Amino acid sequence: MCCLSKEKIMRPTIDVDALRSEIRDKSVRVLDIRKEEDYKQSHIPDAVNLPLANLLADDSPEKVLQYAQSFGISDETPVVVYDDTFGALASRVAWTLQYIGHEDVSLLDITYGTWKKMGLETSTEKTSFDKKNHSLKLRPEILATVDYLGPAKEKGAILIDNRERLNFLENHIPGAMNIPYRMLASPDNILRPKEELKRLIQNRNIAPDAEVITYCGSVGTLSGLGYYALKSIGMENVKLYVRSFKEWKSLEKPIERQNDANYWDLSAE
Amino acid sequence: MSKTSLSQSKGDNLPRPKINWGKLEEAEKFAEMVKLFRRGKINRDDFRRFRLQHGAYGSRMTDDYSMVRVKVPAGEVYPEQLERLALLSEGFSIGSAHVSTRQNFQLHWIALEDVSEVMRGLAEVGMTSREACGNSVRNVMCSPLAGVCTQEVFDPTPYALATAKFLLRNPMNQSLPRKFKLNFTCCEKHGMARIVDIGLIPQKIDADGKTHNGFKIFLGGGLGAQSFVGHQLEEFTSEEDLLYTIIAVIRVYDRMGNRENMARNRMRYLVNELGWEKFQNIVLKERAMVRVTQSIMVKLDLDKIPEVLGKMSISSDTPTKPEGFSRWMKSNVISQKQNGYSSVFLTLESGDVTSNQLRTMAEIAREFSAEGRARTGFLQDMVFRWVKDEDLPKLYSKLLEVGLANPGALTMASVIGCSGTTSCNLALTNSHRIAKEIQRKFLELKLDVDDDLRDATIKISGCPNSCGQHEIATIGFFGGGGRMGKEMYPLYSMSLGGRSDEQAMLGLTCMKVPAKRVIPAILKIIEIFKSDKKNGETLDSWIHRVIDNDGSNGVKSFNDIKEILKPVVVAPTIEQDKDFYVDYGNDVSYHARTGKGECAA
Ligand code: HEM
Ligand code: SF4
Repeated sequence: MCCLSKEKIMRPTIDVDALRSEIRDKSVRVLDIRKEEDYKQSHIPDAVNLPLANLLADDSPEKVLQYAQSFGISDETPVVVYDDTFGALASRVAWTLQYIGHEDVSLLDITYGTWKKMGLETSTEKTSFDKKNHSLKLRPEILATVDYLGPAKEKGAILIDNRERLNFLENHIPGAMNIPYRMLASPDNILRPKEELKRLIQNRNIAPDAEVITYCGSVGTLSGLGYYALKSIGMENVKLYVRSFKEWKSLEKPIERQNDANYWDLSAE
Repeated sequence: MSKTSLSQSKGDNLPRPKINWGKLEEAEKFAEMVKLFRRGKINRDDFRRFRLQHGAYGSRMTDDYSMVRVKVPAGEVYPEQLERLALLSEGFSIGSAHVSTRQNFQLHWIALEDVSEVMRGLAEVGMTSREACGNSVRNVMCSPLAGVCTQEVFDPTPYALATAKFLLRNPMNQSLPRKFKLNFTCCEKHGMARIVDIGLIPQKIDADGKTHNGFKIFLGGGLGAQSFVGHQLEEFTSEEDLLYTIIAVIRVYDRMGNRENMARNRMRYLVNELGWEKFQNIVLKERAMVRVTQSIMVKLDLDKIPEVLGKMSISSDTPTKPEGFSRWMKSNVISQKQNGYSSVFLTLESGDVTSNQLRTMAEIAREFSAEGRARTGFLQDMVFRWVKDEDLPKLYSKLLEVGLANPGALTMASVIGCSGTTSCNLALTNSHRIAKEIQRKFLELKLDVDDDLRDATIKISGCPNSCGQHEIATIGFFGGGGRMGKEMYPLYSMSLGGRSDEQAMLGLTCMKVPAKRVIPAILKIIEIFKSDKKNGETLDSWIHRVIDNDGSNGVKSFNDIKEILKPVVVAPTIEQDKDFYVDYGNDVSYHARTGKGECAA
């Protein structure tokens, strides 16, 4: 007898073929995280629109729960999220849904731009669904707060900064490691193949069971992608410091930097 | 596996890299070595030697980051390689890449842990960083105009590529006393044959009723704390003897070069210490030996199959000429010896390009160049050859879109600046940024259109080590620190009159110029030149006349130039001018800081 756990096996990303078949079966709820104007122009069939700005305006669990319910998402509904910003915005929303206790959330493994380039079906219809009930079971184990960072680092947690290299050199949380978000993607997909991501992590000597906390510049988007990159290779103990470096700086916490070098002047921009 | 996938049908019949320089195993080995090093299983010095042999320098003030130098033999780079550099610079570096004066690409501030990934990415498209640093034969250079230059005798490119192929990973040169450089040029004018260990200029002679290809070979030149101009080995070195000569020189250097004193271990010091004639004799004897012992096994793998050119003209309608087009044509485009074709030079700022610009370059190579690829130049620049004349306006429009349409590439406005304090451990000043500032000023003042200035150059190094090649510049600078009371300020030593052509000579030290007075000093020199010059004189020839003490009414000698510049370079007090004490790219007062240099490692 097989003893599959009742909990659904989490799939951090979903590919185009699987999504299209789930859309045909009407067994999935698709969230489009782009701006409303973009959504109106065209979107993946049956997708509902949740612009990231709306979510960020109030991302309290109660508000997020309201959104989920209004999109007809119940505890059991598989959700797939996409954007056109290399998966970073979608990641932030996916993480937020998981944080309020929704288990079955995946990122579409390509952006909407790529979807269109592939000539796949799109729609201009605004979709709506009947409201559903969803429970609220917060999952603090995937969230890192500023107060959590210090003690966690002492216990050996690894802090990963997902901003670009020059920003990282300029200033970062002491002891953080830099994995620029661009390193996570492949030319076609929002995340590299698993073997490659695993190699990048191994090269950094990060153990598969290490506790890792990702952060980025302001609202946890780039680091949201970092979070899912690590989840996608099966790392269990990953947290998002969702208020990120913006909060850290505003609290005037200590900052580390690469001194005595004019690296910005190497940039051609 | 996804069944639906993006179609990858980019590849039509465009040329693919002919030579695969890369080796995937080296990336894997590198990753292993980093892990061992981090675990303390390899000592720092051994690891450093290994790292440099594989093309990774330490970065300024830290070994946790590397600069990876990507070799581009003969400067030939293919579209897919440019795209890969774009991807690697975004993923692992700073989103920009850098074109060096020796036709390499450089990716800065790469985490040591990621160097192996970069090497892997390079190997996948046939590129390598192997032996780009360290005590090895560095990138084999070849004039970006080779094959299209109106003054060349024949195209040296196949020889440069075959030489690079022969030497890369060759056990013969894995542990030389120091680095070793080879430059092939097309003609006397376009290249730097006289300031490298081995410099080669194509030459033909008629003998036995036949024409023979060969080279003029110069040995023992080089720039540095002490610089030398190379000596010509013999009247004519035949094609058959080319490889034997190169092997012989490297063997002599390997055997006799100084391995003790790191400041004197380049081959030019050996030549200087032995005296040219003695060195020449030893090399010729060695070559005779090599010829006898190796001629059966060792041959250059020359690929001289003429290429079928791809793409022809892409413009059907007569295009409108965008604004700025004629200025750009004048300063960035050279007509090829092949009728109807031009070579286009891109003006970069200190050699820096963004990843998006690299992608546009890949497109340009595919769309506009009949050879379907690009070359890195000698001046931290990029060159597209085999562009149909009628396509030039369209190409210019495309460059405008991505900010690559600056004029000035082939003029004094194309200023060289080494990495300086942006990444180099030995730097005393931000030579990289000041070069950009000077270029911007020149373009703003439209000095690029001034024919009197065209053959003059400005080159800047951030310390006396000459990576910016300041000694061969008409106006050259190297960085240091100045002091006024207890305050320090960034300061350059200025030299005048350097040249790298047939009349190669090193610039003469003129005076010290504070960083923030470099631009005014250059403009002042131009001003006095303008008022003093004789008919038909250029800045370069005027400076040489003054150096030879053959000055006219106003400026009689080198000393007169110094006198006129004196007021320009006086240091104000910090109260008078705070900015004077701050180097370019900084917001706090200057202080000289350096780490351990790796040039000799
Ligand atoms: C004592 C130490 C060094 C000496 C004597 C030295 C000397 C030189 C010289 C003479 C060149 C001129 C290029 C040519 O031969 O055509 C050069 C090129 C260069 N050097 Fe250095 N160098 C030193 C250390 C470094 C260091 C520490 C860095 C930075 C990591 C560096 C970066 C470069 C770069 C970027 C180039 C441009 C050309 C290339 O692609 O090789 N150098 N070096
Ligand atoms: S010249 Fe000096 S500052 Fe410039 S790259 Fe070379 S060693 Fe560094």
